[in-house]
Amino acid sequence: MGKTMAEKILSKKSNTSAKAGDLVVAQVDLAMGQDGTTPLAIRSFEEMGGKGVFDPDRIILVIDHNAPSPLEMVSRLHDSMRNFSQKYGVKLFDVGCGVCHELMVAQGLVVPGDLVIGADSHTCTYGALGAFSTGVGSTELAAVMIGGKLWFKVPETIKVNLVGQLPPGVFSKDVILHLAGKLGADGATYRSLEFYGPVIDNLEVEERLTISNMAVEVGAKTGLIPPDEKTIAWVKQRSKREFEPVYADSDAHYIDTITLDCSSLSPQIALPHRVDQVSSVEEINQEIPIQEAFLGTCTNGRAKDIEVAARILTGKKIDPRVRLIVAPASREIFMQAVKAGWVEAIVEAGGTFVTPGCGPCVGTHQGVPGDGWNVISTANRNFKGRMGNNQAFIYLGSPATVAASALEGKIADPRKYLEG
Amino acid sequence: MILRGKSHKFGDDINTDYIISGKYKFKTLDMNELAKHVMEDIDPNFYQKVKPGDFVVAGKNFGCGSSREQAPRALLACGIRGVLAESFARIFFRNAINCGLVALECDTSKIEEGEQLEVDLVQGVVKNLTREETIPTQPMPPVMLDILKEGGLVEYFKKHGSFPDL
Ligand code: SF4
Repeated sequence: MGKTMAEKILSKKSNTSAKAGDLVVAQVDLAMGQDGTTPLAIRSFEEMGGKGVFDPDRIILVIDHNAPSPLEMVSRLHDSMRNFSQKYGVKLFDVGCGVCHELMVAQGLVVPGDLVIGADSHTCTYGALGAFSTGVGSTELAAVMIGGKLWFKVPETIKVNLVGQLPPGVFSKDVILHLAGKLGADGATYRSLEFYGPVIDNLEVEERLTISNMAVEVGAKTGLIPPDEKTIAWVKQRSKREFEPVYADSDAHYIDTITLDCSSLSPQIALPHRVDQVSSVEEINQEIPIQEAFLGTCTNGRAKDIEVAARILTGKKIDPRVRLIVAPASREIFMQAVKAGWVEAIVEAGGTFVTPGCGPCVGTHQGVPGDGWNVISTANRNFKGRMGNNQAFIYLGSPATVAASALEGKIADPRKYLEG
Repeated sequence: MILRGKSHKFGDDINTDYIISGKYKFKTLDMNELAKHVMEDIDPNFYQKVKPGDFVVAGKNFGCGSSREQAPRALLACGIRGVLAESFARIFFRNAINCGLVALECDTSKIEEGEQLEVDLVQGVVKNLTREETIPTQPMPPVMLDILKEGGLVEYFKKHGSFPDL
């Protein structure tokens, strides 16, 4: 019987013929850590007696979660990463470079067919390039930094067919929110997802990243998209590494197949405090006033996301009761937004920009909401307390929905700003 | 390895933001400090209630969300010895074992708040001493039991210098 993408990549990296359910020890191509998880990994590394790293070129550290540092204690933790990077010659992206997951793909580090681990749950994002990538904890990151290997349970795979064509004003974020609502927060636990269909084919690579990014929100280990010509051209533009894309066999075994017709999909909103409590914008029949709008994160802080928000906001003013905060996912994206005039359009409209990085996503700085506030955000999680205040209510939507809502001061349908 | 303690009952989908909020975990590696804020957003008095050796008992998908290893470590630091749940999110499960926190899948529907539990890891049996009931558990993969027996991955590495062989 044939193999899924996950089975094939894990077979290749473990030199075995791995099937779902097997435990394998595999060679990891890249290991990533960010400033919320790496300081603990460094401590574990030292406690484990680590004397060196397996390959300095295959370890990437990023200071993005709490950057620039808001506190002296955080500055000390950041320095521990800088010292580690210097001592072992490991690449470090410092304050202002951007969100770890954006850098891993846009800097040409990850290529199709790779096996990547990261001490961050959204490491699954690189599945959009056809890499098996998954989140681990700090101590496991330490073990990989020492030995370059980790054990994996080979997952079963759910095949997701996205058929039809996305209507105007509806985006890849709406697709994955809709899927999260259907599958539930644990609908794919321990499993891998493989995405197929015309909706995927028509999306640009950066839009596909949004889908793979949220695979973990349904519990999945990774969310793989088979590399097509677009992926290969996108990666070749950014990376000098040689690579060989991996595809599932035609007779691969899937534990389940889900088909979603996206032709009549409307903008989707995840309601507080669950990512899988999803409703279409029309179904929300009461007015939900908002006090903060956030555009950014590893899910939706990319050029297309800022562009669509700028398009909606150009020549208009946001509601004066709303604070609109934008965190570009990287310095490159920020510069692109400056040159294209998107920054000007958004700032003129009343928005504000913060450092490229995670921004207010995880509640450590730069935009903690007040008590009773409603926040509309492009992030991937709306757990209670996620943005630093457990008295706030977080709604998730696409960048267009966030921009339209900032304009109207309430959760709004973006389609009227985009059609025609 | 036989463990005894009282249960602290929670529902489904307890995420790692609830276990330890991001606003604390980025500030310090001092787990005793983090321990004071464990479960704070859903049970503000949790830290005061826990006695060393107690168990967290939960429903489906325990530990979903962020990959923060601070979650199992802070639970350990506040005295929790193990988590029994209907199911776990995979990163939490790995992290728990790697930190030496017992994580066992079993039917938790018949365990209530404050009941006395006994867990035999080697036999794979949970006993509800309050109700005199025995609950079977999913057998733990040997590789995990090996790590757990050593007290976590750091201890395992110190002793063996690498991963357990499969
Ligand atoms: S942007 Fe948010 S979800 Fe993404 S890595 Fe940063 S904190 Fe995590």
